[in-house]
Amino acid sequence: MRRKWFYLALSALALSALVLAQGRYQIGTPLNEQEVQEWNIRPSILANGIGLPPGQGTVDEGAKVYATHCAGCHGSSGEGGAFTRLVSEPFPITKETDSVDFAIGNYWQYATTLFDYTRRAMPFATPGILSNDEVYAVVAYILYQNGVIDESEPMNAQTLPRVQMPARALLELDPGTQKRFPWLKLP
Amino acid sequence: MNRRKLLQLLSKGAAAGAFVKLSGGLAQSKIPQGATESMKVLGATLREYGERSEFEKDVIRYISPNLRSRHTGADFAPLEKLEGVITPSSLHFERHHGGVPNVNPADYRLVIHGMVERPLMFTLQDLKRFPSVTRTYFIECAGNGQNGYRNPPDMTLTATRSRGLVSNSSWTGVPLSILLKEAGLKEGARWLIPEGQDAAAYTRSLPLEKALDDVLVAYAQNGEAIRPEQGYPVRLVVPGWEGSIQVKWLRRIQVTDTPVMSKDETSEYTDVMADGKIYAFTWVMDPESIITYPSGLQQIQRGFHEIRGLAWSGHGRIRRVEISLDGGKSWKQASLEPAPDALSVVRFKYNWVWDGKETVIMSRAWDEKGNTQPTQEEFFAKWARNNRYHYNAIQAWRIGADGKVVNGDKTLAGAPAQLGAVGRGGCGGES
Ligand code: HEC
Repeated sequence: MRRKWFYLALSALALSALVLAQGRYQIGTPLNEQEVQEWNIRPSILANGIGLPPGQGTVDEGAKVYATHCAGCHGSSGEGGAFTRLVSEPFPITKETDSVDFAIGNYWQYATTLFDYTRRAMPFATPGILSNDEVYAVVAYILYQNGVIDESEPMNAQTLPRVQMPARALLELDPGTQKRFPWLKLP
Repeated sequence: MNRRKLLQLLSKGAAAGAFVKLSGGLAQSKIPQGATESMKVLGATLREYGERSEFEKDVIRYISPNLRSRHTGADFAPLEKLEGVITPSSLHFERHHGGVPNVNPADYRLVIHGMVERPLMFTLQDLKRFPSVTRTYFIECAGNGQNGYRNPPDMTLTATRSRGLVSNSSWTGVPLSILLKEAGLKEGARWLIPEGQDAAAYTRSLPLEKALDDVLVAYAQNGEAIRPEQGYPVRLVVPGWEGSIQVKWLRRIQVTDTPVMSKDETSEYTDVMADGKIYAFTWVMDPESIITYPSGLQQIQRGFHEIRGLAWSGHGRIRRVEISLDGGKSWKQASLEPAPDALSVVRFKYNWVWDGKETVIMSRAWDEKGNTQPTQEEFFAKWARNNRYHYNAIQAWRIGADGKVVNGDKTLAGAPAQLGAVGRGGCGGES
């Protein structure tokens, strides 16, 4: 009996040495790229545009998407209604701007965020219903309403990351964060 | 107060039947009629899941009547009605961006992918098989305090509405570093983008270094499964950092070399500074404290009181908490309980005999890195008047000669009427 325990303990040791050989526990199921994509139903759009899907949309098309899916909550042209204002002048906020007036043209620092967030979380009660073309279009419309792009500029994976947001000029890394993470740079 | 006077007051107080919390005096009342009834009949039977006493039903989270939606926004933990340092799970403050998802643990999966050697998928059971860690940490919304500030001060303010967007729990989970090692990090990996399984598919950027340091992938809160509002079945716990980065209902972690700059780290949860700049990634929660007794809308009587409150800091341990009984002119050291743990809430206490004169009481926390709380003036010297986050100025309570306690903050010339904006929603909780 004693001996049996001894061998059991020994094999458990050998096993854990094996399992932890590469410092790993060998728990979890490996996924291939396609399986990852199936899980990743709302991929993140990085500030450099990585993750943007194919497709495109114009300001005119966006006006229709907006009227159908967004106006009810954000006002007929983005001025705000039941919920957040989306439209402002295309000048960065100052320290005097009332925060109720913070919106895309004066506070948002990356145009890619608008695609990422709209596809990820809007319309509020029915997220995920818009096609990629519709998201590009409504993004174009909102950027146009904010005076950030021209009416004739369609938005797609090439044009959107190039859009400069006025408030980017105000954005800086928190100095405490910079001290702790010296390598950290804002895109 | 000298010792002689204290003793005099103590004995006077005792004679007047003072050692009673709040109003009403046991000493004056006769033995209550109902007090022995329960000794004559059988009590309730065993039951499978405990409930608090029916007489405690008014201890609830505060939800502002001004909210436009209860699917986004925040509610507050009832700080002045709680004791000790652990926030009961049912009373932990809430903040969601698209409602609370109902996640079936059988369908739950966590995927780690991106710049890793082996993309991996974990079930809940998988996560529980890894070595576990249990630690007590506070979670605080970056907007905590926003609601405590009004100029002129709000005379109906309570400790709950001033600072109730903080809660403290014992969290159990697997260190994220273990899971990352399991997947194998590729060279150049710097950032993680965790994503929630809620309607907002909520995402943030988290630097890998923090993740490898102390971040937990938690599945239990105060000994049982995490509550749905807190991220059931699995959430991130990012000790000491703003609550909004501690992604709930965690379903996916993408490893990258750049941050995502998601809506909730650009449009929200960025700070406007006094020089007009916008600061990004203001993750660490500065020191904070609040007196919960006596506090706004309570009434006390002359005599002995143990002043009680809560203190915490995202920079590390609380080193000391000071109390002022004279509107900030002088400060005395409070005692702390339990022995402060890093990045968790500590309770402070101070024995006090109130002589019945109007006074203003305050508390101020210091952490082990030497950080403390600013006055309101100091806060606005650094942050802009339209900033919405990280307000941690000292909260004062005024005790009137009638024993009624109200907001003791001063009216500040040139300061904003409030932080955050009515009608914009957000994490301040009430506007
Ligand atoms: C049912 C109401 C509703 C509808 C419809 C709706 N939204 Fe929203 N929207 C909200 C709410 C509520 C928020 C705030 C969410 C939060 O708390 O994070 C919001 C936030 C936003 C924001 C972020 C604003 C900021 O500055 O932080 C953007 C951008 C946005 N919505 C775009 C859209 C677009 C585009 C559509 C149409 C495709 C849309 N919304 C449809 C309710 C709605």
